[in-house]
Amino acid sequence: MSEHRVEHATRSSQVGVALIAVTLIALALAPFWGDRQTLRLLAEVYAFVALASLWNLLAGYAGLVSVGQQAFVGLGGYLLFALVIMFDVHPVLAIFIAGPVAAIIAIPVAALTFRLRGAYFAIGTWVVAEVFRLLASQVSVLGGGSGISLPAAAVIAMAPTRQAREFAIYWLALALAVIVLVAIVVLLRSRHGLALTAIRDNETAAQSNGIGVVRIKYIVYVLVAFGTAMIGALIFLQKLRISPDTAFSVNDWTAFVIFITVIGGIGRIEGPIIGTIIFFVMRQTLSDLGSMYLLIMGAVAIVVMLWAPKGVWGLIVERYGWQALPLQRRLVLKDKSRPDA
Amino acid sequence: MPDPLLDIRGIDAFYGDFQALFGVSLRVNAGEVVAIIGANGAGKSTLLKTIAGLMHPSSGDIIFDGASLGAMPAFAVVKRGIALVPEGRRLFPSLSVEENLLIGAESRRKGPWTLPRIYDLFPILAERRHVPATSLSGGQQQMAAIGRALMSNPRVLLCDEISLGLAPIIVKDIYAQLPSIAGEGLSVVIVEQDIAQALKAARQVYCLQEGRVALQGDARELTRERISAAYFGV
Amino acid sequence: MTGWFNVILQGVLIGGLYAMFAAGLSLIFGVMRLVNIAHGDLIVLAAYIALMATTSLGLDPLTSLIIVVPAMALIGYALQRGLLNRTLGDDLLPPLLVTFGLSIIIQNGLLELFTADSRKLQAGAIEVQTLQVMQGVWVGALPFIQFVVAVAVIAGLQQLFYRTALGRAFRATSDDQAVAQLMGLDTRHVFAMAMALSLAIVAIAGVFLAVRANFDPSIGPARLIFGFEAVIIGGLGSMWGTLAGGVILGVAQAIGAQIDPGWQLLAGHIAFLVILAVRPQGLFPKVSG
Repeated sequence: MSEHRVEHATRSSQVGVALIAVTLIALALAPFWGDRQTLRLLAEVYAFVALASLWNLLAGYAGLVSVGQQAFVGLGGYLLFALVIMFDVHPVLAIFIAGPVAAIIAIPVAALTFRLRGAYFAIGTWVVAEVFRLLASQVSVLGGGSGISLPAAAVIAMAPTRQAREFAIYWLALALAVIVLVAIVVLLRSRHGLALTAIRDNETAAQSNGIGVVRIKYIVYVLVAFGTAMIGALIFLQKLRISPDTAFSVNDWTAFVIFITVIGGIGRIEGPIIGTIIFFVMRQTLSDLGSMYLLIMGAVAIVVMLWAPKGVWGLIVERYGWQALPLQRRLVLKDKSRPDA
Repeated sequence: MPDPLLDIRGIDAFYGDFQALFGVSLRVNAGEVVAIIGANGAGKSTLLKTIAGLMHPSSGDIIFDGASLGAMPAFAVVKRGIALVPEGRRLFPSLSVEENLLIGAESRRKGPWTLPRIYDLFPILAERRHVPATSLSGGQQQMAAIGRALMSNPRVLLCDEISLGLAPIIVKDIYAQLPSIAGEGLSVVIVEQDIAQALKAARQVYCLQEGRVALQGDARELTRERISAAYFGV
Repeated sequence: MTGWFNVILQGVLIGGLYAMFAAGLSLIFGVMRLVNIAHGDLIVLAAYIALMATTSLGLDPLTSLIIVVPAMALIGYALQRGLLNRTLGDDLLPPLLVTFGLSIIIQNGLLELFTADSRKLQAGAIEVQTLQVMQGVWVGALPFIQFVVAVAVIAGLQQLFYRTALGRAFRATSDDQAVAQLMGLDTRHVFAMAMALSLAIVAIAGVFLAVRANFDPSIGPARLIFGFEAVIIGGLGSMWGTLAGGVILGVAQAIGAQIDPGWQLLAGHIAFLVILAVRPQGLFPKVSG
């Protein structure tokens, strides 16, 4: 028997990790080099990277194709507003309460929607989001159907000056996106991650190999709700205003997120990041076109799904064999001078 | 010697990366019964699926009635006159017995086989025509599957393991009908695990081993020793 | 007392419309396991085609069906052959995401062409006609016609499925695609015929929707959800179950609306979730579905 060890890293992923570190430092310093608009845009980018990465974990790995994640974005937003307005909680603290509360609510939601299979599960999640939206518009303390603004006192409590608030929200957004991404990488590198990858590749085979598919799906669904609600809370903290239609918008929080993930590369950790960059470039250049721009986006997503189902990142991996984040396990045989081709 | 009705010329076939057939050649003359024998995994079913158009050869050619089938899809192959009785019968569970037979005529080929003729051949099917196909016994299901294939009035009937899972007495019954089926000028290709049954029914025998033709010849001239050598590769 | 009876009756009648939303969805799921996220937007597209037919040709909305139905069937056939057949396979994602993209395309395409303004089809005198069902209970002629048409559509679909060669081909292809091909069925064509039929029903539903109420390009997804809820309430694979599901949904919404206008949609969703919780296979499941 030859000696061997299991490695995660490849040369490209080592370069990738170094690049990521440099980029992160530059981004963390953005308040000192970027103007207000740049900061706002970047914070939005981070939110979408996080949302798309969470959806990717759900759909791309666990095979739970939800078109109702706006339920948890909106829930997070409304939890923040409720905590701040009704219980005087500090807005930043409220973000971190919104996550676990949403996770608890996700448990019965999963119990119900998991009774639907495949594509019907997708529409079932949408119904849940609609129920949340309709319930939110019944809560008159939170403005009912027309929505409500965050009280000025709570806004000022966060930071005395507008600039300080903007910096705070920017760093919060960056930190949350990094936390979400790191959590996903850690999860995927864990024992559960191996099971998830097995489920992604072949659910039936995974099941017959004794992997508790349903239990893992449950865990993933609840964890994703946790993260999605925190991001939702952050998004509406930045907007300072919430209404049922914006909070539970299927276009903003699901359609865009799906397009980002599909175009970037579903079932790959790098996909949502690449997809978000492409999405924002498209949005900044095409948004003058109004609804035409959405139409183009829908068409691009269809073309990618049918002719390049692994997305842009998938094409790059196939062509150059790169991976930015060390996730794959590679078997390295020590007595061979050449790594396996 | 006349041109064969079905002429398979050196075909290779793959499941993904796995090669299942290696340069297989086989000839079937009009009105002839040909048997293909071989162990499990020898490529017998693959060969029939490839002829029927469910798979396509990666090289080589299949000539039927003077024209290449190329990469013709299965629904077009049956319209040309090649019908397959698939392994495991695979009747449509949502359809009644009679509907299963009627859908066999979907290729709209004219010929001697009609619903009444099938019921003449297998009277039990007439009796049970309105029950769901899945409530038939195994032997009856096999009759329905053969009847369904005949409804397309094929010139070549491909039968994949029709004795599989059936009691010997029933197998005997079904094989007893083979002459009256072939009597219409129809060529029949049977894939069989039961060598004795195959040798009795067929004129020409091909033995496949690991995707290659290991032996071929006249059923009456092949000795048991040669067959077992080809079958087991010893 | 007759007040509540009236409410329930109105719910039953609108349930017919929901059953038509559901029937097309259920049909294509049954034949090819495809869930069409763009289903609701196609209903709205049919409404706009009817709008064009009525305004440019001066047709009465119900007469416009002779144009809208074949037009939608044609679109369905082309859509399936040109696009959706490529998405079918073991993987769940492609059909879901492609029809989701299609939904966005149709919505925004309609927005470009027709703006976000609300429209309605004018059916003339028939809109105000009523029929007296019993002492003190009246129903509108249009809702009544709509319900009768819905029942006829479901009955027709049932006949087609179990009495015709096309229906046989649908069931056979649904059972076993490979063997269906061996029978000489081109499954790509069979699927396209199923989608054509689905969108023919969508056309009828779209016209009735447009006569009944205001519509604009954004209302499609809600119709998809109503149709989907009716399918699940009724039980997968059962046509008459679909009608029952539509009626239950309609009645739940009508009762909700009677209690508080804000509760109309919520009551429907809750009825759906309750049935999902206590009887996930639906009320009238078909065993071999």
